[in-house]
Amino acid sequence: MSSAAAHAEHDHAHDHAHHAHHDEGFIKKYLWSTDHKMIAMQYLFTGMAMALIGGFTVYAFRMQLAFPGMSVPGYGRVTATDYNALVTTHGSVMIFWVAMPVLIAALGNYLIPLMIGCDDMVFPRLNRLSYQLFLLSSIVLIASFYVPGGAFGGAWTSYPPLSAKAEYSLTGLGSSLWLFAVALEFAAFLLGGINFITTVMNSRAPGMKMFDVPIVVWMIIIASILFMASVGPLIAGAVMLLFDQQLGTGFFDPAKGGDPVLWQHLFWFFGHPEVYVVLLPAMGIVAEIITVFSRKKLFAYKTVLYTAIGTGVLSFFVWAHHQFIAGIDPRMANVFSVTTLLISIPVAEMVFVYIGTLYGGSIRLTTPMLWALAFIAEFLLGGVTGIFLGASGADIYFHDTYFVIAHFHYTFFPIAFIGSFAAITYWFPKMFGKMMNETWGKVHFWGTIIPFNAIFIPLFLLGARGDHRRIYDYRHFPDLMKSGMQDLRVFATLALLVLLAFQVVFLVNLFYSIFRGEKASANPWNANTLEWQAPSPPPHGNFPQGLPNVYRGPYEYSHPDRQDDYWPQTEPDAAKS
Amino acid sequence: MIRPIATTREMTGMPTGRLAVWWLIASEIVIFGGVLGSYLMHRIGHKEWAAASAHTNTWAGAFNTLVLLTSSLSAVLAHNAALRKDGKRAAKLLWFTILGGGIFLVVKSIEWTGEIKAGYTITANNFWSFYYTAAGLHGLHVIAGMIVMMFVAADAAKGKELQRVENAGLYWHFVDLVWIFLFPLLYIAK
Amino acid sequence: MSDTAHAPASTDAAHGHDAHAHPDSFYIRIWGILLVMLVVSVAGPELAHRIVSNETVAFVIVLFTAFGIAIVKAYMVVKNFMHIGVEKKYVGYILITMLVLMALMIGGVGPDVLRHEGHRWVNQAAKDYKLPGDTGHHGDAYGEPHGDAKH
Repeated sequence: MSSAAAHAEHDHAHDHAHHAHHDEGFIKKYLWSTDHKMIAMQYLFTGMAMALIGGFTVYAFRMQLAFPGMSVPGYGRVTATDYNALVTTHGSVMIFWVAMPVLIAALGNYLIPLMIGCDDMVFPRLNRLSYQLFLLSSIVLIASFYVPGGAFGGAWTSYPPLSAKAEYSLTGLGSSLWLFAVALEFAAFLLGGINFITTVMNSRAPGMKMFDVPIVVWMIIIASILFMASVGPLIAGAVMLLFDQQLGTGFFDPAKGGDPVLWQHLFWFFGHPEVYVVLLPAMGIVAEIITVFSRKKLFAYKTVLYTAIGTGVLSFFVWAHHQFIAGIDPRMANVFSVTTLLISIPVAEMVFVYIGTLYGGSIRLTTPMLWALAFIAEFLLGGVTGIFLGASGADIYFHDTYFVIAHFHYTFFPIAFIGSFAAITYWFPKMFGKMMNETWGKVHFWGTIIPFNAIFIPLFLLGARGDHRRIYDYRHFPDLMKSGMQDLRVFATLALLVLLAFQVVFLVNLFYSIFRGEKASANPWNANTLEWQAPSPPPHGNFPQGLPNVYRGPYEYSHPDRQDDYWPQTEPDAAKS
Repeated sequence: MIRPIATTREMTGMPTGRLAVWWLIASEIVIFGGVLGSYLMHRIGHKEWAAASAHTNTWAGAFNTLVLLTSSLSAVLAHNAALRKDGKRAAKLLWFTILGGGIFLVVKSIEWTGEIKAGYTITANNFWSFYYTAAGLHGLHVIAGMIVMMFVAADAAKGKELQRVENAGLYWHFVDLVWIFLFPLLYIAK
Repeated sequence: MSDTAHAPASTDAAHGHDAHAHPDSFYIRIWGILLVMLVVSVAGPELAHRIVSNETVAFVIVLFTAFGIAIVKAYMVVKNFMHIGVEKKYVGYILITMLVLMALMIGGVGPDVLRHEGHRWVNQAAKDYKLPGDTGHHGDAYGEPHGDAKH
């Protein structure tokens, strides 16, 4: 997979020749660019390419589960080792190489300078380095598929001793390459985070006070801070695990005085804040979309901001709920149970604010709006099922069952996919200067949402009935093959096939519109935020008319003093039209 | 690449470079915190490790602490020189700091060579695993700091980008701080 | 919050951050103090067991001289070399928050890693663990000599 060539091609397509760049050659403009928009596109297309890998892996292992022992078309027989590698790759890729690059790196890079009214990130070369590290991490991960032993098969959580000892995981070299890929990815996002935070703190347009910053920008910043504050111990742990794997140290080996539970703690101390790292940007995207398409200001800007910060803070206090049955001190389990249940409160508050925003608004059901609404509904379902898991008593039964899988897909899928589709369909006109086709957009929407629910509702049922996760072949468990359970697995898998098929609609719409879409104006949605004051797409330097000044907040829609139902941030007060 | 206007803005009142270095330091606190925290918990839980740590060379460790403290001094003096727009002096002092880093690494290499020859390798037991990992991670940061300071010194000698002297210094002080805690943790036998 | 300057940031004088600038001798004095503390922090543990017979007191001396001084040294570097006192307040808050998170991590992980038995559980493997190369004779008290007095 040469994602470099692939995205260079796509970038060439969308970067119209009509821009007055200071004369840059092909290499400088595409492969070695420091322009935040180009880097954003690189992240976006790399992330989308990796999503294909994530999708292919789930296709293969779900086919194995539905039709065990049969050869999967396009893959072949799925052995037990294959299965482990497939589920590990699926999880790792979707979180680290799809959700994070698209929601944070691509959108953050694209939107932040535009939305705060400046011409680029404060450290463009560091930005380029971040992408290059990220690209390298993807290459290392893909390389791990082809080494002896194959891809790492110890699950994305990589618990030792399975992950530490090659004789257990059967993927010795693959495990170290996986660790190395993850470490590179962390480095890329740490550097990127510093760039984002510094840019938003220092480079805002004159007049843009803290509470005039669009919510999505705030969310990306809070996410970057959360990431930065939580990833350190895992980086330490990853180094220790790498040494255990390659040098024979015993950091996590009880026989050598180490402790495997230490890895779990180090992993989840990061792993839990990580889910909020991806959640917050998705919620930010939804905030932008629902305000524009209900022509109404955000119901309570400061509440959303403060609850987001509160969620971020609280997210550091809940991590051991992933370890309730790992043999941790039972008194800690009590503490973490309480904090886990508590964290649902700020998130619910944000959802209430969003509903309050929609209420009484002049709703326009465009494709981005459909995605945003679906996010709220589906994420809500995911969130409430988390309550079951947060109660340590119930978790004793549910842990490591398909109930957990269904819960986190009802949260992660909205975050990574619904959020991404919402963002892409909403900002496509700005990014590419063209409009996407609305009809096909809606076809894609329904063709995704309906199968999505059809996949995961059965999984809740299966989990409640005892289906353990990470099982390669349920025929080994006769009790789990009774009373229609295999039928549910087949149904879920068929729904997955439908879901995957409909993604073709999106890809066709995307690429067709990039080349042949209807030309877009600067502000096709009549939105307030600064990026819509730049041309579609913006040239190098973003604002050819000069960097803007800001006079008000981002959500002044349907303001009583205005005839227009929107009031761009850059328009001075005196202009009332 | 032309410096974007974004880089020159200062809504916070703090220059962008310095703001970024503080965030970098913040992220490094949690990285080293993770290593040292893990070590600390194991160390307190395994009292028998005192036997292993008795074999660390306290004098080498103390000397290295002296070296790093002195290099921190030259770093802040370099900053002072940069404030007075004396780029040449700032560069000289930065080179002194880099030299300090170099001496630190040399002493460490000698120390480690001795220890490895005596059989205290990274796999000897968990104390030594942590010892080499923690000090090694710190050493990598020393090297990185030295490289950055070389570039900053080269510019400063020509009177350019003098504000970076302070920023590089801040990072170096942090590297010194980590060592200030590493030294008692790894070297002081209990 | 006003946009202070479009001028390149190389003129630090414009920001008032450097109103604190000390003469070189100030920093050399601080360095001298740090060196003295270094000497004390090395001497303390070296001598503690020789001058004091009570194990607990010796341990406390080691704690104060080795770690207490480390904290003081760190504070002096942060305050005098890194100028945290004249920096924007939130910088200090950010750094302290990171330290608090580390304390939180140790607090949450400690009960599992630090201790080898608890309310209703015992980590037998950890209790049984013997240091490789250990003759097997080791007590549980801090500072108990292990037969190698030489560092």
